[in-house]
Amino acid sequence: MPQVTLTVNGKSASVDVEARTLLVELLREKLGMTGTHVGCDTSQCGACVVHVDGVSVKSCTMLAVQAEGTSVTTIEGIAAADGTLHPMQEMFREHHALQCGFCTPGMVMSAIDLVNSNPQGLSQDEIRHGLEGNLCRCTGYHNIVKAIDAAQGIMHAPAAE
Amino acid sequence: MNAPFEGIGASVRRKEDLRFISGRGNYTDDINRPHQTYMVIKRSDRPHAKIISIDTSVAMAAPGVVAIYTGDDFANIGGLPCGWQIHNKDGSPMAEPKHPVIAHGKVRHVGDPIAVVIAETKQQARNAAELLEINLEDLPGVATTTDALKPGATLIHDEAAGNVCYDWHLGDADAVAAAFKSAHKVVTLDLENNRLIPNAMEPRVALGDYDRHTGDYTLYTTSQNPHVIRLLMGAFVLGLPEHKLRVVAPDVGGGFGSKIYHYAEEAIVTWAAGKLGRPVKWTADRSESFMSDAHGRDHVSTAQMAVDASGKFLALKVHTVANMGAYLSTFAPAVPTYLYATLLAGTYTTPVIYVEVKAVFTNTVPVDAYRGAGRPEATFLIERLVDAVALDTGIDKIELRRKNFIPIDAFPYQTPVALQYDSGNYFATLDAAMKAADYNGFPARKAAAAAKGKLRGIGVSTYLEACGIAPSKVVGSLGARAGLYEVANIRVHPTGSVTVFTGTHSHGQGHETTMAQLVTDQLGVPFSQVDIVHGDTSKIPFGMGTYGSRSLAVGGSAMVKAMDKIIAKGKKIAAHLLEASPEDIEFKNGNFSVAGTDRSKSFGEIALTAYVPHNYPIETVEPGLDETAFYDPMNFTFPGGCHICEVEIDPETGVTSIINFNAVDDVGRVINPMIVEGQVQGGVAQGIGQALMENAAYDASGQLLSGSFMDYTMPRADDLVNITVGTENTMCTHNPLGSKGCGEVGAIGSPPAVINAICDALKIRHMNMPATAEKVWSIINGRSAG
Repeated sequence: MPQVTLTVNGKSASVDVEARTLLVELLREKLGMTGTHVGCDTSQCGACVVHVDGVSVKSCTMLAVQAEGTSVTTIEGIAAADGTLHPMQEMFREHHALQCGFCTPGMVMSAIDLVNSNPQGLSQDEIRHGLEGNLCRCTGYHNIVKAIDAAQGIMHAPAAE
Repeated sequence: MNAPFEGIGASVRRKEDLRFISGRGNYTDDINRPHQTYMVIKRSDRPHAKIISIDTSVAMAAPGVVAIYTGDDFANIGGLPCGWQIHNKDGSPMAEPKHPVIAHGKVRHVGDPIAVVIAETKQQARNAAELLEINLEDLPGVATTTDALKPGATLIHDEAAGNVCYDWHLGDADAVAAAFKSAHKVVTLDLENNRLIPNAMEPRVALGDYDRHTGDYTLYTTSQNPHVIRLLMGAFVLGLPEHKLRVVAPDVGGGFGSKIYHYAEEAIVTWAAGKLGRPVKWTADRSESFMSDAHGRDHVSTAQMAVDASGKFLALKVHTVANMGAYLSTFAPAVPTYLYATLLAGTYTTPVIYVEVKAVFTNTVPVDAYRGAGRPEATFLIERLVDAVALDTGIDKIELRRKNFIPIDAFPYQTPVALQYDSGNYFATLDAAMKAADYNGFPARKAAAAAKGKLRGIGVSTYLEACGIAPSKVVGSLGARAGLYEVANIRVHPTGSVTVFTGTHSHGQGHETTMAQLVTDQLGVPFSQVDIVHGDTSKIPFGMGTYGSRSLAVGGSAMVKAMDKIIAKGKKIAAHLLEASPEDIEFKNGNFSVAGTDRSKSFGEIALTAYVPHNYPIETVEPGLDETAFYDPMNFTFPGGCHICEVEIDPETGVTSIINFNAVDDVGRVINPMIVEGQVQGGVAQGIGQALMENAAYDASGQLLSGSFMDYTMPRADDLVNITVGTENTMCTHNPLGSKGCGEVGAIGSPPAVINAICDALKIRHMNMPATAEKVWSIINGRSAG
């Protein structure tokens, strides 16, 4: 059985896995990090999005062994060490961008990468297009778009002097 | 500094969000039990076939396999029960064939379980399931009700001649026939309501556990109503008494109706956990969700409206054929009857109505309530028919609606189809929506779009729905095999904090917030000092769960009743402490005071006294402050409103873009405006999904063609626009809150607004949903009549 060594939310882990194990299965079943969800079996819904070396990845579409040596960040790992929420988490709450919460981890992780990849800022229309890999059945997306729009303002704000 | 206002009417940010945005939700698949096994289900890939043989020997010998069960193992166990019995026109009961937990003798739809494999790991169970040798003999299959009703069609159940489940009617056929004879005009419309697949983002999960020491069973399941599951599964399927069976529905990732029903997997894992003495867990793949979660809608109807020369509606006649799928799901028979036919008066004064509904079995997944359940089908039919009347008579569609609206002073209003509406003001919601949508500015926008070669249309839907289905006595007389009350237990702790145990269930609706606001408002306890507990039969006295937009109107009313008891008891304690008579005690803003004086005791002091009863009226008042109430409503509630949709169609491609969507809804008293707005937006998104893209497609034999997110089109962020929501509220007159319910209005009001807009843009009389680019392009290019 292959062994995978990787860093998850800043902590290193070495796990024996069957070769066919998916990254999301490693996270949920081997490491007990159940914040990352599985909503489909065709890579359509985006509930499983995590960051691998800072880039958003559908963790149902990556083998655990492919994550060897990488640094993985999940929804559990984006708040500051003192518990201060990431601006994207804060804005999702402020703008009621979640209802059942099942798509939320993937939605937040996608949104963070979307905003980080577009320092020039995004229009609401561009945010909508940027979310095409994530399904939400509850909100109609209206408030998700608002939350991301608000979060990009905070994330791109120049650091205080 | 004043504390922030967190009572009724405040858009308080949600309590539950902190765990959801931090990855700390506790969904059923996140739960694992020691020594757990995993179950994989071998499902039929054929629509209709005889099971000739199942050889499990090779699979049983595969690594890690613990057990394999087939229909034979469940042959002497009850089938999945149906919770509502409809009677035919002649008074005889509907055909109610057994719904086996695992198919026995025959499979009747793609997705019907044939065998289950339980193994040490999910992978081992999956591998072994591939080794089952299953010999099926295909039978002809039918997917549509039209085909199922043809003479000589394949028979799905021996108990249902001609594949008919029931042939039911409501209203006055003779009066309608007479009105049709003397009418100025009769407008006829044939329409279909497309079949949908609910697709809550969390797939269903069931985890059964058995305690060998006590003989107690626990089922963790993705359910909207754990007590209902405990009753149905315990009493009708497995024969387990309630006190030995606990059902837990923790955080549930969306339901929309599809998680109301008692499903086979729940019974199988519970039963198998007892047999094996080990926990058994099943987690659906999305592919399984598509072929095993109850579907929604699927009606074929003919609607006829008789009008006089001025456009006044004289009589409505409707004939509907409803697809039940292969078996009766828990509440399926009620959907096209008491949740549909009774809504056909809509917002109008149509004096006589006659409805015939035939429910038919087909080789498809069972159909049951999906967000709106019967009411979207009724609303689509009425609001499309009204537009057809406008077109055929030349009367403006807004004027025609106003002419036929139930007048503001006519409430309570008795319809000809059984319901009595308590309150509403359809003029106000129409006016507000027209203003929000800048309806009068539409011609200029249409002209501007035309100059760019685009087709603009505007569509209006002035809908009504019925929520909080009740009272128990009435629904019982109509065939419901359950009561429809709700339960609340309010536990005031010695230090004055409060835990509410509610029989409703939150799977996205934000009850932990809204219900806490209600407590803050009524008892004056700070919002942060209130917790709402739901979803566990071992904690909550009883409950009917959440569906039909009932949680606040029925569950919230039960809370008010329980809190009234708390206040009444608190007054007695306060009277003792303040040396006054209980009649002289007033309770306001969290303080019990002697009327007209400044002598008072805080809620917290009374709570502490109740639990530390040293100076206490012990002869007449029991210690403690913990009250329970059951609330059985006197009537349905009747939310209504107006949705206006503006579309632009690109004639080159047939692609329809939503330009504006304005909803103005009357949901009665609003506790949290932010949550109400979110509920409406989500419902509208599902309604736009139905109107533009979603469709459960089968081939003629019953093979499911849209079995994944790659071929069932879910609305994505870039398919939708901002959805503007307003409210114009009249109060419900018969519950203590005045609330009517907001969970389903979006999905009910919106589909006809979208299709009316498209028909307006294309200058056509009708088209069925979904209005895909291909269908719209074909209409524009004369390849289809719509």
